[in-house]
Amino acid sequence: MNVETPTAKLTPNDYASDQELRWCPGCGDYAIIKGVHKALADLQLPLEKTVFISGIGCAARFPYYMATYGFHTIHGRAPAIATGTKLANPELDIWVVMGDGDCLSIGGNHTLHAIRRNVDLQLLMFNNEIYGLTKGQYSPTSKVGTRSPSTPQGSIDSPVNACVFALGAGARFVARTVDTNLKHLPEVLKAAHAHKGASFVEILQNCIVYNDGVFNDVTDKAVAADRQIMVEHGKPLVFGKDGKKGLRLKPGLFELEVVTIGENGVTEKDILVHDQKNKILATMLASMEDAPFPVAMGVLYCNPAEISYEAAVWKQNAEIAAKAGEVDLNKMLRRGNTWTAT
Amino acid sequence: MATKLAESERSEPRRRSLDSVVIRFAGDSGDGMQLTGTQFTQITALMGNDIATFPDFPAEIRAPAGTTFGVSAFQINFASYDIMTPGDAPDVLVAMNPAALKVHLKDVPKGGTVVCNAGAFNERNLQKAGYKANPLEDNTLSDYRVIAVDMSKLTLKAVEPLGLNQRDGLRCKNVWALGLMLWMYGRDREPAVKWIRGRFTKEPKIAEANIAALNAGHAYGETAELSGSMAAFEVPKAKSVPGVYRAVTGTEAIAWGLVVGAKKAGLKLFLGSYPITPASALLHTLANLKPYGVTTFQAEDEISAVCSAIGASYAGQLGITSSSGPGVALKTEALGLAFATELPLIVVNNQRGGPSTGLPTKTEQSDLYQAVFGRNADTPLPVVATCTAGDCFYTAIEAVRLAVKYMTPVILLTDGYLANAAEPWLIPNVDDIPDFPVKFRTDPEGFHPYLRDEKTLARNWAIPGTPGLMHRIGGIEKDYDTGHISYEADNHHRMTKVRAEKVANIANDIPLQTVAHGAERGKLAVVGWGSTFGAINQAVRRSREKGLDVSHIHIRHIFPLPKNLGQMLKGYDKVLVPEMNNGQLVTLLRATYLVNAESMTQISGQPYKVSDLEEAIRTRVEK
Repeated sequence: MNVETPTAKLTPNDYASDQELRWCPGCGDYAIIKGVHKALADLQLPLEKTVFISGIGCAARFPYYMATYGFHTIHGRAPAIATGTKLANPELDIWVVMGDGDCLSIGGNHTLHAIRRNVDLQLLMFNNEIYGLTKGQYSPTSKVGTRSPSTPQGSIDSPVNACVFALGAGARFVARTVDTNLKHLPEVLKAAHAHKGASFVEILQNCIVYNDGVFNDVTDKAVAADRQIMVEHGKPLVFGKDGKKGLRLKPGLFELEVVTIGENGVTEKDILVHDQKNKILATMLASMEDAPFPVAMGVLYCNPAEISYEAAVWKQNAEIAAKAGEVDLNKMLRRGNTWTAT
Repeated sequence: MATKLAESERSEPRRRSLDSVVIRFAGDSGDGMQLTGTQFTQITALMGNDIATFPDFPAEIRAPAGTTFGVSAFQINFASYDIMTPGDAPDVLVAMNPAALKVHLKDVPKGGTVVCNAGAFNERNLQKAGYKANPLEDNTLSDYRVIAVDMSKLTLKAVEPLGLNQRDGLRCKNVWALGLMLWMYGRDREPAVKWIRGRFTKEPKIAEANIAALNAGHAYGETAELSGSMAAFEVPKAKSVPGVYRAVTGTEAIAWGLVVGAKKAGLKLFLGSYPITPASALLHTLANLKPYGVTTFQAEDEISAVCSAIGASYAGQLGITSSSGPGVALKTEALGLAFATELPLIVVNNQRGGPSTGLPTKTEQSDLYQAVFGRNADTPLPVVATCTAGDCFYTAIEAVRLAVKYMTPVILLTDGYLANAAEPWLIPNVDDIPDFPVKFRTDPEGFHPYLRDEKTLARNWAIPGTPGLMHRIGGIEKDYDTGHISYEADNHHRMTKVRAEKVANIANDIPLQTVAHGAERGKLAVVGWGSTFGAINQAVRRSREKGLDVSHIHIRHIFPLPKNLGQMLKGYDKVLVPEMNNGQLVTLLRATYLVNAESMTQISGQPYKVSDLEEAIRTRVEK
């Protein structure tokens, strides 16, 4: 095998394939792929060791636009295929790209198990709360009342909160970011990459054709400061234009409340400090959806396990192999009772 | 122990020599009949007899005790000559309770021997089995030679010095029965003792109790009680090709064949599997072969099982998934992906009775349509089928060879009967099996992922991690010349054709069809596939001995079929296709060759009886 030592530093563009992007003009995916290119370039990840694996959907075209290895598979199954690939070669750096239907509907079971096994994968879920590629049906993350071709009178079933689902499945890394926040998104991806184990990242992504503006009440510049809280480990959970709003535990209760520093006797000391190893806090942060609560962005939870799944499998296999010593197929066939006919 | 055995040898009764014997052990599913049968098999194989076995157990793990639907049975045929089936009818039925007698007596020919545990024939058990009167006391068994012994009581007496409670003591009664049968057919006890000690290493008291029960059963036969009218027997060794042998089940042979195949290809083996009866045993077997470069992954479902295997193949291992018909149905979409991305993959289908849940513990060969046709779009896959427990080894290696040489998923069909059946197996020397090493692409010059080998049409295999060969594959149609996404009409036509041609060309790389027994022309060809091999072969042999003009053709390569098969079938006046399904291979043959093949079906969850096949042959040839 001819090993090439990269001499020049890889730029974000070096991670883009020669294929023309074919998402709808204005799709949030354009911003996301830009953020991904930047994160990979920041980390200088070797192209040949990086693999993007996707299912089916708009988001799933992602691998074709990357200059790395890529596998565009079938609807919902990307985490399962990625699990096999990672088990077969743990040295590969695997990114799984999924849409909300892909990840939480048809592939919900695989997402659950990839997470609870803690396979060292970056699981990126592009959440646009709609089925785009099939022309606009409501998805498992659509808000109640979503009108779509399949729910002309409005959807009835409750949506799933992706980050809460991931935490419930036992994720050791859960983060959330927004497609167009190109300062934040690469940093979140880099944190996900740094975490050894299953890293779940929800990326709020605008579908300009079928669900345009669905996140406006959270992402619009005019409201973003009040409707998003950028969480950081060890920093107080404050938000708002002037940074005076904060989260604290409601006195005497086990629930969050939004308070303003300087009002009603609230001081900075009352504000909770983010602890990314605190799963209960992470779950409360992940659960915040409606105003006056902000939507939590950043690394909500990061509490690495001692060993990731594929590493544990290889370790166990190696231990068994070491115990068995040198093996011989002819001996394998002759283990146990044999007899000789003459 | 040694002294005791020596004594028993001294008091060896005169034994009547028999060519072959069929014994059926039957009892409650909690009575340990499978273990008893397996032990008798191991010992008999070690003594040099040819053997064939048929375990037959209910779907319930522990059906209510004493009921007819909870009866579990194990049949063994052993002989001094080459045998091919577990036997049509038992010469001896060991019935551990009334329900076992009720279910199985009808299969015992008149004059056969029935050994009953009289201790279990109490009012409650008789009622549960649906007997109004005790069959041991009325004339139900008047046409049989009956040995009715209170095994329960004698077992308890034997284990008494060990101070076991009644429940644990009674659990040794199957071993008591084993001891009796070992005496009756002059088998060694030593291997059974060794096995018991191995099994209960952590419970020495239980081990000693079982050994005491085994010895007591044996001694019961030896002491006067059974001599006289019930003479003891012997079955001399079978003549076999010289070499080292072992007893092997189809599951073991497939596992070993896959491991050896992967080694021959120079790949590590990855099994993604989800528990399903009767396929789980392959997962269990491979899970114990990790030192041989094996990784096993119990997936969250059938889809993940196949997908993880595809992911492993993508990364450069040999991906394997195993299941049974319903599970394979769930894998179907992923098989299309593996076919479209042209990755090697082995799908082991351990067929069982269907449709749906059907008869999960019974055997059937009704997934041929599924294997050959059961996918959306034009998705032909090579299909190979195993025919005996030992053959599973070689067919598994062949499946691996085809998968890696042609970069395609391969379906390996076996069935519940073969998976569990044991037979003596001449152990091959692995070094005599040719290597077929995989060469991964490493040269970036002129590379694209769908570049094909001119001869095999297989695409080149470049795995992630290889510098300079970064590329994307997927289920979307790709351009023939560049491998990029393509929706071009002509290109799709061309790609569909080349994928089909690649698989069809395998016909040039497999052995020509031969006649398993008989002549290449004649009045009747009986064409079979899969586990009916033994029964058909024996029926054809017997028919030919009687002067009937009949031949046996056994098909291993179901798709593509051997290229001379069509011509060969034309050499017979009639073609009969017996199958344990409602007529599937027969459709394939008729459709492929326009041959007037006649279907013969048996869909009872039981293997064919040789006598039924003989009768079918007779009526077709004599007409």
